[in-house]
Amino acid sequence: MVERFEITTEVISIGDVVAQLADPANGAIVTFIGVVRGETDGREVRYLEYEAYPEMAEEQLCQIGKEIRVRWPSIRQVAIVHRVGRLEVGETAVVIALSAAHRSEMFDALHYAIDRLKEIVPIWKKEVWADGEKWVNALETH
Amino acid sequence: MEKMEINVRVKFFAAARESLGTGEIGLTIPTGSTVSDLLNLLTEKYPPLRAYSRFVSVAVNRAYVGMQTELRDGDEVACLPPVGGG
Repeated sequence: MVERFEITTEVISIGDVVAQLADPANGAIVTFIGVVRGETDGREVRYLEYEAYPEMAEEQLCQIGKEIRVRWPSIRQVAIVHRVGRLEVGETAVVIALSAAHRSEMFDALHYAIDRLKEIVPIWKKEVWADGEKWVNALETH
Repeated sequence: MEKMEINVRVKFFAAARESLGTGEIGLTIPTGSTVSDLLNLLTEKYPPLRAYSRFVSVAVNRAYVGMQTELRDGDEVACLPPVGGG
């Protein structure tokens, strides 16, 4: 059974993450792909700088995988890969992929994975604009 | 005989790391110190950290802990600002 929980400085290949889940028992794979948006609250973003506490972040990603298996035993495989460092607008910041025999409940599990990632995984991002920069405070934003 | 002091490593991230100018410092603190004691000591010693300490969560050896957790010699303590990946 493939599991992948990784913090990387490299470009994420969405195809590779999905291909790793290939298994004849799978009937469906769902993915969430988080990409760098070019504006926040009407302000143009030049690029984002992501930082992680990588050792702990990978353990927390693994924890999310465990939680999903407990809540949704039908989910067969979980892969979560998050990129850190400087990311340009349009680049992939995170890929979450889940596989199962049947599609039921997969979207709930995917939603849960994204919410938990934003809640417990030690990753931070800095927005860099043409005229300044700011570490995004999750407590201040929606 | 029990040692009177312990050594811990403290890690900082994001805005706190930038304002401090380093991502990690080593500290010698009294045996029996809690996470809360350590944070108080840090903000006394490094005033720029005061702006961040209210919102920080703490992990010891890569697991989230409460403020009253007692620290041990060799612990890796991470001061984690509110996270925001994705």
